[in-house]
Amino acid sequence: MIPTILAAAPPSSDWITLDFASLAQNFWSATFDGLTFGSIYALVALGYTLVYGVLNLINFAHSEVFILGCYGVWFTLSFLGFGPSAPNLGVGAIVVNLLLALIIGIIASALTAFLLERLAYKPLRKRNAPRLVFLITAIGASFTIQYLIFLWRGPVPEQALTMFKVKPIFEVFGTYIYNDQLLIVTAAIIMMVIIERFISKSRTGRGIRAVAQDPDTATLMGVNKEKIIITTFVIGGILAGAAALFYTMKIPSGVVYNGGFILGIKAFAAAVLGGIGNVRGALLGGLLLGLIGNYGQILLGNSQWTDVVAFLVLVLVLLFRPEGILGTSLGRSKA
Amino acid sequence: MSMTEGPRPLRTSKSEQQTEASEAVGRLPGTSADVPRRGGMGGWSDRWREMPRQKQWLILIPVVILAFFLPLMNIPFITTEPGNDWPLACQAMAIFALVAVGLNIVIGYAGLLDLGYIAFFAVGSYTAAMLTSPDSAFIKIPYLWTIPVAIAVSMFVGVLLGLPTLRLRGDYLAIVTLGFGEIVRILATLIPAMKGQPGFQNVGHPPGTGPDGIPVFANSNGTPWYWLTLGILIVLLFLVGNMERSRVGRAWIAIREDEDAAETMGVPTFKYKVWAFALGAGVGGMAGALMGGQVGFVNNQKFDVVTSILFVAAVVMGGSGNKVGAIVGGALVAYIPLRFTAIAEYKFLIFGIALILIMIYRPQGLIPAKQRLLAYGTKAYAAVRARFSGKGANPSGTGGTGTGGTGKSAPPAPKPNAEGATS
Repeated sequence: MIPTILAAAPPSSDWITLDFASLAQNFWSATFDGLTFGSIYALVALGYTLVYGVLNLINFAHSEVFILGCYGVWFTLSFLGFGPSAPNLGVGAIVVNLLLALIIGIIASALTAFLLERLAYKPLRKRNAPRLVFLITAIGASFTIQYLIFLWRGPVPEQALTMFKVKPIFEVFGTYIYNDQLLIVTAAIIMMVIIERFISKSRTGRGIRAVAQDPDTATLMGVNKEKIIITTFVIGGILAGAAALFYTMKIPSGVVYNGGFILGIKAFAAAVLGGIGNVRGALLGGLLLGLIGNYGQILLGNSQWTDVVAFLVLVLVLLFRPEGILGTSLGRSKA
Repeated sequence: MSMTEGPRPLRTSKSEQQTEASEAVGRLPGTSADVPRRGGMGGWSDRWREMPRQKQWLILIPVVILAFFLPLMNIPFITTEPGNDWPLACQAMAIFALVAVGLNIVIGYAGLLDLGYIAFFAVGSYTAAMLTSPDSAFIKIPYLWTIPVAIAVSMFVGVLLGLPTLRLRGDYLAIVTLGFGEIVRILATLIPAMKGQPGFQNVGHPPGTGPDGIPVFANSNGTPWYWLTLGILIVLLFLVGNMERSRVGRAWIAIREDEDAAETMGVPTFKYKVWAFALGAGVGGMAGALMGGQVGFVNNQKFDVVTSILFVAAVVMGGSGNKVGAIVGGALVAYIPLRFTAIAEYKFLIFGIALILIMIYRPQGLIPAKQRLLAYGTKAYAAVRARFSGKGANPSGTGGTGTGGTGKSAPPAPKPNAEGATS
């Protein structure tokens, strides 16, 4: 589609570039930044993947679960006195404050996920509604929450907050790695590993996998399906809350009523890329999508291309390998 | 889609059918055939179907005439509040009705969830704008010719988007279309030929100048635009109605009810899904072209993904799978914010909540679709059975032929495929 329009367009300025020189020059910084964004995508993607694995439902409202986490983080930090400029606090105090914000963000997200499940999806499950009804409800819920936030906070993004002074820590391949990048990637990977262990080892995790495999048989075997479903939603919410802290750290201007929308689609694309329903796939897909998006942005010369590139990745994956890179489902992943 | 797998033995007694019917209450937005009528709208639709064709025409023609006179009549209470021009409101209602009828093909008939319908609307608008506006560098053609071009271009985009996604389960289509709705807006910003925010001024309109020298189809003159849109809508209704009753329509319904079963019965599901998606896209593009012409200005700010959700709400509210329902739903979604300006600001919230509540409490919508096709399939099945197993073996055959008032029609058993294969 693009080339034809390009051909028909009047000779114009460089709205789309193929700037390989710039890509080569910024390769490593784009890589590190891409991994940072990718970790955030991965955390959100896990929420989509878990719910999809268990209920076979795209939870469109997960983007709102995430953005409410962002609001939780934002309100906590504002309350604690953070502002646009870096706070004048010691390392210990900042860590305590951020942990507090993380906890509030997690509570906000998990609570939203919980209420969403109870109020919107459970009544449908009770009467065995078909998939289309679930999907329409999901999008309706997403829409409703989004506009509740809109009525509450208005269209203007919240004031940007700086959590700590971003400074380089060490140098790799001639590029500095910054403290926020290191923090986000490390924390996200640790969380994903914990979740992975939890799902493959714990009793609840086994329940989740059982329900994903076959809900009816799992119920016969004594798994409490309702409890498992609620747990799944809440785990997704917890990870979204953590992602919310990192997102607010990385994109301070992103806390706005519809800020979750595009991120949600990217996270879903990441989940599909890695193999939807697959926990490791979400991590791999998230990191890859972060990288592809960042490379694409530098190559094509405009930050808005990131979204387009992510979308193209989604379509291409669906076209050539719909089961994703790792491709196993939640139920079939090994114990 | 259906929760029941495979064909079931036909119910033998009518009471059994009734139980079946009451079990099935509100299963699908589409399959409300089994819902017992509770008077109101449902009773009306039954009575309507019992009427002979001539009598239907007798009622329909005055309704159509009334619809054409709608913008000229300024009925107190119904008319919009001051500040919202009534003929323009009528035009908005007609456009939304058109969009809802188009989207109903995708959601209501084929059971595919298209959350980015605004994208096709945008493609249509941009096609009309880029081919008529003096701001564009493309060749110029008369406005009315842009309508078929808009249909073709949006259908092409629809096929392009449908090919990778429609082979898969329906959920992927939902998220891909949702993403596409946003991507179109970003592309309109990024691609210089689409002019981003400045957009295209003076989009063309149909020819004709009034006695006062002002074009008949001026941007602020809603009435002729409404007539044009309504005319197109009526033609479209005939086409869609015929399609619904054709092999294609039966295939769509079979796909919606149970895709695997349809495939097994020999329905080329992928092909028909692409058709439904492309036709829906075409109607969306056409509505977009009409809208672009009427507003006279097209830029990237006009096509918000959220409007797509309003379109879905229109279809679902009216009763998905039902043309009349779609029209009513579409018109209502456009009308309510214009009539009650006090709540206009909350319209997204209201329709969002409405979407959830409808799905939970009344998934069949305001005017449920009547599944004549499924009923017919059952009847045909019963007749065949009766012929081969001796006379009087099948009381439910008579129960089915009664249709209307008493015949509660069809467990979703033999599916239209049975009859699709014979025709």
